[in-house]
Amino acid sequence: MSSALANPLPAPQEADVVVSVRGLGKTYTGGFEALRNINLDIRRGEILALLGPNGAGKTTLISIICGIVNASVGQVTAEGHDIARDYRAARSAIGLVPQELHTDAFESVLATLRFSRGLFGKPADAARLEQILRDLSLWEKRNSKIMTLSGGMKRRVMIAKALAHDPKILFLDEPSAGVDVELRHDMWQMVRRLREGGTTIILTTHYIEEAEEMADRIGVVNKGELILVEDKHTLMRKLGKKQLTLTLQQPMQAIPQGLAGLPLELSDDGLTLVFTFDTQSEETGIADLLRRLGEQGIDFKDLRTSESSLEDIFVNLVRKGNAP
Amino acid sequence: MNLHAIRAIYRFEMARTMRTLMQSIASPVLSTSLYFIVFGAAIGSRMGEIDGTSYGAFIIPGLIMLSLLGESISNASFGIYMPKWTGTIYELLSAPVSWFEVVIGYVGAAASKSVILGLLILATARFFVDYEIAHPVWMFGFLLLTSVTFSLFGFIIGLWANDFQKLQVIPLLVITPLTFLGGAFYSISMLPPLWQKITLFNPVVYLISGFRWSFTGRADVHIAISTAMTLGFLLVCLAMVWWIFRSGWRLRN
Repeated sequence: MSSALANPLPAPQEADVVVSVRGLGKTYTGGFEALRNINLDIRRGEILALLGPNGAGKTTLISIICGIVNASVGQVTAEGHDIARDYRAARSAIGLVPQELHTDAFESVLATLRFSRGLFGKPADAARLEQILRDLSLWEKRNSKIMTLSGGMKRRVMIAKALAHDPKILFLDEPSAGVDVELRHDMWQMVRRLREGGTTIILTTHYIEEAEEMADRIGVVNKGELILVEDKHTLMRKLGKKQLTLTLQQPMQAIPQGLAGLPLELSDDGLTLVFTFDTQSEETGIADLLRRLGEQGIDFKDLRTSESSLEDIFVNLVRKGNAP
Repeated sequence: MNLHAIRAIYRFEMARTMRTLMQSIASPVLSTSLYFIVFGAAIGSRMGEIDGTSYGAFIIPGLIMLSLLGESISNASFGIYMPKWTGTIYELLSAPVSWFEVVIGYVGAAASKSVILGLLILATARFFVDYEIAHPVWMFGFLLLTSVTFSLFGFIIGLWANDFQKLQVIPLLVITPLTFLGGAFYSISMLPPLWQKITLFNPVVYLISGFRWSFTGRADVHIAISTAMTLGFLLVCLAMVWWIFRSGWRLRN
């Protein structure tokens, strides 16, 4: 067998994998199993949202990738570099904004950024740091001690620190925790700008709205397992339900025989009829329903359709506890 | 070698010293001055010479060591414990730095402070007593070696401690008694023969004796043994830090 066959070149899609996680597990010293057999490929330039309830293992997962926590089993590479064997190259590519506001209270904003850039092995670059601070509306506060800043400003400082060495991969652990609406939207804009500049972004959140707004792909973590990773739109299409709600002119006692066999539900007051249909199928069945309603002489005064949100999908997945 | 990281850590730690100048430098200098007044001037004037040296001059190396050991341990342990306590250690753990670069940054800064402190105490002593330094290069070398070794020991304490009390336990309950009983204020030849033997199990005896030799040219134990013991302790500490970072004990688990 030729060596080319024994060690085949990576497929094109593999070359686009910026972080690869294989068979990853973590059991803490006390015996708590935080992660179990995680396999995940993060694609270059994407925004991946890791969703999951508190304690699901999201933070442990990104802490291992970033080098803060040792894995018990498994392998992780970042930009093709093993995070344990080739930690310098792997960690140089990564920036992390942790969930908690861990800051050096007595340091100035600019000094803490200089520290971060140096720590990651980059030479001082005043112009670059100024640009980062201006982008995050922190330039005016550059000489302020971090302890004097508001919570939102501290969060910006954490982001600035993570960006100080120009990482290609940025991890944002619960970026919206304790952040007001304005800052949340500012942050979303900043994340989009970074992605446009080629940065791969992984964010953990339990705000569905955030994942829905930002992500290209969604990963759902529950009880230490990655129960699915899916393109956001595909996920919503596959698992989302659409419903047609009809408000009737006259209340009905029960669903008439002529409508039997259709996925219909009648409200308790008999005034609302809900028809659930499959978003993926060519034939939704709406035309058939409306024709049959006409035949039965059932009049309605309003109709509207609704789609299940990512939140509904997420709640269903976590309740079921496994992949669909 | 990530030189930028070493410089960043060193600068950060030295900036912390400048913010806490009173605690880091002024306080030990003041307390040592008080020792000189009490033991050197008040009590020392009534005591005879020890090995041909006035009592005031005799206690200088011991007093410097007393401060040096305490401050080296305190500065280095606090330096690494604080990021653990505040959570900012996440950045250090996620940075492309080796254990040795982290040690050079933190221990280098703590040792620098200790050397400055030692020299300041030496300068302060000049106001109270006359002394001579027989081997100035050895004196500085010993000052540096002790500062590095005990800063490294303090660094281990900071890594080990998981509450503020543990930071204080070893300096207060182990180092201070060993220093007082290690010949800071007396020559071990003044002790009964049995206690002279027991005292040799106290590692601080070798530090004080070696350091005193650089001042007076006379020592309780040979300078080579003092140097070897200190270097041995330095290597043991380095091995421990290497193991802590390699295993992730109390850092990455």
